[in-house]
Amino acid sequence: MTAKSKVVALEHVVIRFSGDSGDGMQLTGNLFSDSTAFAGNDFATFPDYPAEIRPPQGTVAGVSGFQVHFGHKPVHTTGDLCDVLVAMNPASIKANMRWLRPGTIIIFDSDSVTEKALEKAGYADDPTVDGTLADYQVVKAPISELTKEALKDFGMDNKSMLKSKNMFALGIVMYLFNRELDTVYKYFETKFKGKDQVIKANRTVLDAGYHYADTWELFTNTYRVEAADLEKGKYRNITGNTAAAWGLMAASEKSGRPLFLGSYPITPATDILAELTKYKNLNVKAYQAEDEIAGIMSSIGAAYTGCMAVTTTSGPGLSLKSEAMGLAVMTELPLVIIDVQRGGPSTGLPTKMEQSDLMQALYGRNGDAPLVVIAARSSAGCFYTAYEAARIAMEHMTPVIMLSDGSLGNGSEVFRIPKMADLPSITPPLAKADDPNYMPYRRDEKWLRREWAIPGTPGLRHRVGGLEKENGKGNLSTNPENHQIMTELREEKINRVANDIPLQEIYGDKNADLLVVSWGGTFGTVRTAVEGLMEEGKSIAHAHFDYIMPLPRNTEEVLQGHKKIVVCEINRGQFAKYLRMNFPEYKCEQFNKVMGLPFTIGELAFKIIRLWKIRISNKRSC
Amino acid sequence: MENQNIEQEVMLTKEDFASDQVVKWCPGCGDHAILKAVQDIFPKLGKKKEDIVVVSGIGCSSRFPYYMNTYGFHSIHGRAAAAATGVKLANPNLSVWMITGDGDCTAIGGNHFIHACRRNIDINLILFNNRIYGMTKGQFSPCTFRGTKTKTSPQGTYEDPFNPGELAIGAKATFFARGVDINPKELSEIFWESYKHDGIAVTEVLQNCMIFSNGVHENITGKDVRDDMQVKCVHGQPLIFGKNRDKGIRLNGNQLEVVKIGENGITEKDILVHDKTTEDTGIHMMLAHMMPPHFPVAIGVIRDVKAPTFNDSLDQVIENEKANSKIHCMDDLLNSGSTWTIE
Ligand SMILES: Cc1ncc(C[n+]2csc(CCOP(=O)(O)OP(=O)(O)O)c2C)c(N)n1
Ligand code: SF4
Ligand SMILES: [Mg+2]
Repeated sequence: MTAKSKVVALEHVVIRFSGDSGDGMQLTGNLFSDSTAFAGNDFATFPDYPAEIRPPQGTVAGVSGFQVHFGHKPVHTTGDLCDVLVAMNPASIKANMRWLRPGTIIIFDSDSVTEKALEKAGYADDPTVDGTLADYQVVKAPISELTKEALKDFGMDNKSMLKSKNMFALGIVMYLFNRELDTVYKYFETKFKGKDQVIKANRTVLDAGYHYADTWELFTNTYRVEAADLEKGKYRNITGNTAAAWGLMAASEKSGRPLFLGSYPITPATDILAELTKYKNLNVKAYQAEDEIAGIMSSIGAAYTGCMAVTTTSGPGLSLKSEAMGLAVMTELPLVIIDVQRGGPSTGLPTKMEQSDLMQALYGRNGDAPLVVIAARSSAGCFYTAYEAARIAMEHMTPVIMLSDGSLGNGSEVFRIPKMADLPSITPPLAKADDPNYMPYRRDEKWLRREWAIPGTPGLRHRVGGLEKENGKGNLSTNPENHQIMTELREEKINRVANDIPLQEIYGDKNADLLVVSWGGTFGTVRTAVEGLMEEGKSIAHAHFDYIMPLPRNTEEVLQGHKKIVVCEINRGQFAKYLRMNFPEYKCEQFNKVMGLPFTIGELAFKIIRLWKIRISNKRSC
Repeated sequence: MENQNIEQEVMLTKEDFASDQVVKWCPGCGDHAILKAVQDIFPKLGKKKEDIVVVSGIGCSSRFPYYMNTYGFHSIHGRAAAAATGVKLANPNLSVWMITGDGDCTAIGGNHFIHACRRNIDINLILFNNRIYGMTKGQFSPCTFRGTKTKTSPQGTYEDPFNPGELAIGAKATFFARGVDINPKELSEIFWESYKHDGIAVTEVLQNCMIFSNGVHENITGKDVRDDMQVKCVHGQPLIFGKNRDKGIRLNGNQLEVVKIGENGITEKDILVHDKTTEDTGIHMMLAHMMPPHFPVAIGVIRDVKAPTFNDSLDQVIENEKANSKIHCMDDLLNSGSTWTIE
């Protein structure tokens, strides 16, 4: 390291690589994450692509970003405001203004400033000179020209040379964070195996960027983020959707029930379908049906036939599946329904996250049709949430909805690789062949679940369906008393799942003045904001709910003993309403945002402090 | 491949397949005869009772599974094809029978129906066509003839119906047959052919609803007209019909026509010989299309062609992938690709 500048140690950093869709920002971001893993940091990443496949070049709509949040301490989020923005053209600055904080370092390709580029980005003047960026540290580098210069002896045409300019930018960033270039070299070597000239060209540009930053003393300081104190073990980087797919596969292997997925493509859930179709080698039957209804119905057919059955979708698809979910409730078959939520209603904001399907998940069916609802809290956590959804579905003979969201699904995180042997066992209540007393709706006393009698098994032939059944025998029944009994049994069966899930944790002092409540994908931001306020000495605690229906047994205790409760969620207050309904004696304030974006830590902290100042009186609300 | 998996001779009788449930269709409903035909043929399939699954949608006809002593799944309106597909993919060794009505199959379930046909999933689909919504008490269906007065078309319908045969064949079904409820013996034979067929096997049964469309098939099934209004499709045999077996179907140019043998120099040799196995859908479509008053209705197996089934294809891909992959379990997968270790 020939760094002339001072090396400053940082706890954590958010960097966003941003450029036109064709500028290779996803690759750049991924290569930087690889080196982050190598440096031993904890990290999380988030790709931010345009919704359109080929948006107009050079425009704000065409900006593609990749964000990496890495740290010395545990990283819970993909980061919000950036410390460093790499902007390959004027549109990338425009698109990311909302993510800048005073002092953000903007590394900018000054060659990209042309009249046309400014116009496409909607700038009248060069923002790097007209004062627009006065609050930030703008580091201008003629990246395009220097890339061409570095490659001048390679005999390449202009266009091919410019394709490597992302590597020049990466070189600058690697210098800024005192990173070794080895991981990137290694990538070139495997990716372009046999094409020595290409490997050499990429290396040359990467080195050129690195040395340019050094020689020209682009930065007054460079930074180092020390390795995180991660638990010993083997790690990998995983997106939420992949983690969900793998969690399902793990549950299938553990339970011995073959995995069947019936699904229909929909953003941002499609990747789970795409991921599962890859693993036919592991006996996964992934079936792309003609629509969402066929997706869930084929899964119900497969569940009846003894598979660990799953259907995956997003909001509009969940709406289509409503009637079939009721069938799964009525036939009391195990079924996992994963909803990777996006902005709604209707087609809404397909590529943006929201938590607004909660009420639909809880109640969006005809009749009293209770089922289990659980939510994933992080990208890597999707593995365990999917596994748990499958466990509950099979062990309690019920459909289970797992709520994820677009940010969790597409975001990635460091994932400590579990050993299959360490995962909890899954033992579905299979009916015994030739049991002379078998009855389709006979239940065990403890859980009230019926048995799983699988076609092909001798002596268990029976008929089930959507019509109300006589308790026990399972014959069609329109008897009034029986319907009352069955409705109550279906409800009680779900309530009893509460005895099979962990108690609700409370982070911080259980009598803290302020209890912050959240659920699902907002875990990281809310926890980080709460930690910050705790460090300031505030009397604050955090309860993050992973289990929603049924709620953990101790939920009321968790809500007790605070001056204020605030429920933070990315919708108009659905979980807050749900808590009020279940615990009317506790007053729940709400903090909601529906911009298709996650919370930022700053806005959460701000809101919480305000509540503090204005609302916390000495009177207890409970 | 269900047919090749008979592990042992199974000696069963018709009674073995009747469940203990009281059959609740209206007396005289065509559904009774279809049930009898199915209960007649099931013992002869050589399949164990537990290896048969009957799946249905919603409608009078879809109550069928409750009356069969097999595994049975009574799903929701229109979605039986999707559920049956899941059952078959989950366990291809099962013999899967799907029961559906004209409304269930061609209205709300139209999408699933055409895709089940196109994919050639190996299920036996029996479509009970009474040209009416029976269960909901007599509204017109997509198979109701133009002009029919029903509860929801008091002035008569002003839309043209589907012909399920054309719909199935157009959607690439590899098997299509037609039968009538009043001839259960013939139906049993058709179901046997359906069972032997690998892939989707669609059988349309012209079924009489005593209550809401009584007599709708009378011009085909009536005692005095049936010989002249039904032509039996027997593979390799000329399409001859009529009380005196003196009428036949001839291909004239690019159209079918009814001709009289012995008139205008027409002999048996001029009559179209039925070939259920031709890949081309042309003649099968024309046969399925035939309707009174100008044509008899084609009865029997109209189309029966070979094509890879969806379930076999999926299983083959799975076998290939298993044989060629280095990853055999979740521990392998979790530890594959780019990983790093913290010590
Ligand atoms: C989602 C839904 N929509 C409507 C109905 C009402 N419904 C029940 S059966 C039926 C029509 C049945 O007609 P068909 O399929 O021809 O069967 P049939 O009774 O004639 O045998 C309708 C509309 C329903 N059960 N579910
Ligand atoms: S209403 Fe018609 S179709 Fe339904 S059972 Fe009665 S006769 Fe049969
Ligand atoms: Mg009908």
